[in-house]
Amino acid sequence: MPNENKQCGHYAKLCAVLEKNENYQKFKVYAEHILALSNNSLEKTIAIAVALCLVCAVLVSLAAVALKPLQINNKELDMKKNILDVAGLLEEGKDIDAAFAAKIEAKIVDLETGDYVESVNADDYDQRKAAKDPAQSIAIPKDKDIAHIRIKAKYAKVFLVKESGAIKSIILPINGYGLWSTLYGFLSVDADGQTVQSINFYDQAETPGLGGEVVNPNWRALWKGKKIYAETDQPSMEKGLITEADTGEPALSLIKGVVDNSKPGSQYQVDGLAGATLTSTGVTNLIRYWTSKEGFAPYLSKVRTVKGAKS
Amino acid sequence: MSAVLNDETKKVIVEPLVTNNPITLQVLGICSALAVTSQMSTSLIMALALTLVTAFSSAAISAIRNHIPSSIRIIVQMTIIASLVIVVDQLLKAFAYDVSKQLSVFVGLIITNCIVMGRAEGYAMKNPPLESFMDGIGNGLGYSLILIIVAFFRELFGSGKLLGIEILKLTKDGGWYDPNGLMLLPPSAFFIIGLIIWGVRQWKPNQVEKADFKIMSITHGEGGHH
Repeated sequence: MPNENKQCGHYAKLCAVLEKNENYQKFKVYAEHILALSNNSLEKTIAIAVALCLVCAVLVSLAAVALKPLQINNKELDMKKNILDVAGLLEEGKDIDAAFAAKIEAKIVDLETGDYVESVNADDYDQRKAAKDPAQSIAIPKDKDIAHIRIKAKYAKVFLVKESGAIKSIILPINGYGLWSTLYGFLSVDADGQTVQSINFYDQAETPGLGGEVVNPNWRALWKGKKIYAETDQPSMEKGLITEADTGEPALSLIKGVVDNSKPGSQYQVDGLAGATLTSTGVTNLIRYWTSKEGFAPYLSKVRTVKGAKS
Repeated sequence: MSAVLNDETKKVIVEPLVTNNPITLQVLGICSALAVTSQMSTSLIMALALTLVTAFSSAAISAIRNHIPSSIRIIVQMTIIASLVIVVDQLLKAFAYDVSKQLSVFVGLIITNCIVMGRAEGYAMKNPPLESFMDGIGNGLGYSLILIIVAFFRELFGSGKLLGIEILKLTKDGGWYDPNGLMLLPPSAFFIIGLIIWGVRQWKPNQVEKADFKIMSITHGEGGHH
């Protein structure tokens, strides 16, 4: 048939091979037989359903497989961007990968003991995935679960920013429930394990303009210099700097309205989000949870001791 | 290219904008019109995604319309639509990661958007592929138009911005405009869409639906005597 040759076009070679193939011929005969059947016949219904599923499955898997490397790359780049942002190292137009590799080191921390875990490769470890795996996670008792996350990974992935060998900031992954969604973010603290440098939520679905303002740079700037744990009256670098850190009782919280910086205790307070009481409460709870003994308090106190021993 | 822009094509592209708008007249696709319209940028991407899905699914369904067994036709349509939506979602994740993060589940929910299904069943099953494709584009544009109008008002009055650029300076940043919190919540889209529908029906009274029933007035005679 001349019509068929036209369809082949410049795939003539492929066509010639196919034409010789016995199975292809059988398939062609069968396809013609099916298409000629009445639409209501059982055979055609099943054949059409199978063929459609095959075509759609190939289409979907092709898209998923072909685009996967790009998507993973996007995700990693986004995560690195967030970490650089919370570390205050994000510069417009600079290569994110290079900046990340040069300045930031990932470490795995055992939440219970606060020690570094060297046996796990920090680059491959995904804390969010680990939290979902029963073998790598711990269920949180209900009375302690103030952040409403139910399970946490045994090991946390923290990021260290070092400058000439000394730790400049520690970036802690945090998460907790707000009003609509679980907020995921990073809290960056000084090497004293006490002073907040910055906070950043990279995954949240709170009400835009209200709770969603957790991403507002103006609000995030309010966190700088706030203290996590209550301090004694006479702070000294050598000892007794942080009395309550050892009991793991964080003092930092969001309050309603605007913080009066002249009042005592204002170093433990951050402005609440206007019109978003539940998100604010959620943020307070998740900060308190992750800086408590359940979270990073053991780790932070170890960082402090190491630093104290060095100086 | 006069063949492409014949009367039928023109009709299927222009009509859904106002005269036969999927949101205001057919009242379809309301759910996503409430969900994604708090910002212009998400609305635009959502509009684009839906337009493409409607156009391509209509074309694909129309191409095989003569061989779709009527007993499984809805499932066949759904399978084609769902596959296309997954492909669009994957593309967004690969090439527009930030927007796909904001749209989150709503891209996936295009599958359940009644406009796509409505066009497949109402138009593509009876018309050739090219017309069906154009019909999908037209209805997608009609949806887009309403989405963009709603998003314009919600973003402007809810956060004083348009496409993320500050238009009205907010009081909390030292400006004069006190944002309307309701605009950021989904119910505000109901009010805006309602007002749009009212406006369109004032302009084109033939869109006003006939009442299903009439409230009877009580006559004095039926009250009974003492």
